[in-house]
Amino acid sequence: MLKARNLEAGYGPLRVLKGLSLHVAPGEIVAIIGANGAGKSTLLGSLAGLVRPTSGSVTLRGEDVTGSRPERMLAAGCSLVPEGRKLFAPMTVRENLELGGYSVRRRLGRKAFEEDLAGVFELFPRLGERQGQLAGTMSGGEQQMLAIGRSLMSRPELIMLDEPSMGLAPLVIKQIFSAISALRSRGKTVLVVEQNAKAILKIASRGYVMETGSLVLEGTGQELLANRDVQRAYLGKEYSSIADEREGR
Amino acid sequence: MRAELFLQYLVSGLIYGSIYAAVAIGFNIIYNATGIINFAQGEFAMLGGMIASSLASRLPLALAMAAAVAATTLVGIGMERAFLRRIARGGVLKMIIATIGLSIAIREIALLIWGESVRTLPFFSGTEVSSVGIAGAHFSPQVFWVLGVTALVVAALTAFFKLTLIGKAMRGCSANREGASLCGIDPDLMVTLAFGLSAAIGAIAGCAVAPLTQTHYAIGTGLGIKGFTVAAFGGLGNSLAAVGAGLILGMLESFSIIVVPEAYKDVVSIVVLLAVLFAKPSGIFGSRAAGALKDY
Repeated sequence: MLKARNLEAGYGPLRVLKGLSLHVAPGEIVAIIGANGAGKSTLLGSLAGLVRPTSGSVTLRGEDVTGSRPERMLAAGCSLVPEGRKLFAPMTVRENLELGGYSVRRRLGRKAFEEDLAGVFELFPRLGERQGQLAGTMSGGEQQMLAIGRSLMSRPELIMLDEPSMGLAPLVIKQIFSAISALRSRGKTVLVVEQNAKAILKIASRGYVMETGSLVLEGTGQELLANRDVQRAYLGKEYSSIADEREGR
Repeated sequence: MRAELFLQYLVSGLIYGSIYAAVAIGFNIIYNATGIINFAQGEFAMLGGMIASSLASRLPLALAMAAAVAATTLVGIGMERAFLRRIARGGVLKMIIATIGLSIAIREIALLIWGESVRTLPFFSGTEVSSVGIAGAHFSPQVFWVLGVTALVVAALTAFFKLTLIGKAMRGCSANREGASLCGIDPDLMVTLAFGLSAAIGAIAGCAVAPLTQTHYAIGTGLGIKGFTVAAFGGLGNSLAAVGAGLILGMLESFSIIVVPEAYKDVVSIVVLLAVLFAKPSGIFGSRAAGALKDY
């Protein structure tokens, strides 16, 4: 589905991505975990067309899309749910979703849009109940649902999510993660950047660990959950307790 | 005060108020799309009136005005594409200063084309001497044209922004540019549209008022100041508030004649502008809660 090769990007003289490569196969949920400032958001930004890579290549279903603008990436079937959600706060839930379907509606007409809208309300019934509410006045969890719903409206094959659990209560995080699992059962491919390593690795088919602009580790969700370095750095366990578990104490 | 005199002042306030409101709405559309104040806004009104008055001798009035509005729209679009877009990365302040420069350039070009002579447009219906009497006061039919046209412009704009996909996309773009980009909306196109729309509205206002007030290469400056006053008074970015604020300012100006000589009419709006900027920069209708939801 998606392949990035030797991707480099940055802001001015600052190099944030230092030549990293990754791939996402159709139907996978791929997680990228890593500390603050590792460059995770820049990575997604450069895949979605918000940040122009300085070198390297990105291909989507075999087509070279390196440095394409967001409109083109969207048309190619790749949509980003950005960090901080970037909703249209003074507009209603319904209007936000309408703009999510902006390109689909212009291409395929109103009927396709209504179908997509019904699909989003099926996944997030809460949004259906609150169609007339202003997006900016909703709770964090509802806003995240709306951001995912807005992205779905563009009929993406690959959905990229940037820190979907940020700032949310544990119970709400659970809902969001089960929605991400539901995306896969709807035939979507998911690439997700997350601080909440434990929760995301449980549902991910594969994961990468990112450190200062490079991907340093790759494995299935289970492998990474069992990895000692990952446990220590991202799952908040001490070496001693890891050693204890290994020895069956 | 005699009733018909009161009515006379009232209607004159309404007319000027609605013209100021139309210019203010132009300010707001561009402000919402880009975050800048376009100081060439008054020039759009001047161009509308001047171009229409030149064409009116050769074309039917309605056609002359349509052509004037179209030409002014192109000027607005051209201004954004040729100049403002190129310096957009330099920040809002640079763009605002560029609009001041552009307004001077447009005015000087108008002076070269049309000279210093005062021009006018024929009345939309009837002539200078025809009048409609209401309760003992007499009004030119053009009065009703101005009010009707402004009301129509406001209604059409509201429908455009609330009901059409493009209108919603423009609102989305001003609420969150990056979010709009990620929805496949081209923000640059929305900015161009905003300039076109705002130039068209300015030109319509300029055409509607020209028969009553006459037009001249330099009227843009005054209209721009009044329009900006109204936009700030109502709360920048809020077009419906601009209508209310426009009518209030029009009334204040028109009734000020009772207390101060007519020559001081323009002072009223400057005083209002200063008072608003000092006391309530968010405008009288600007609410903090709604403002907090805006991203810029």
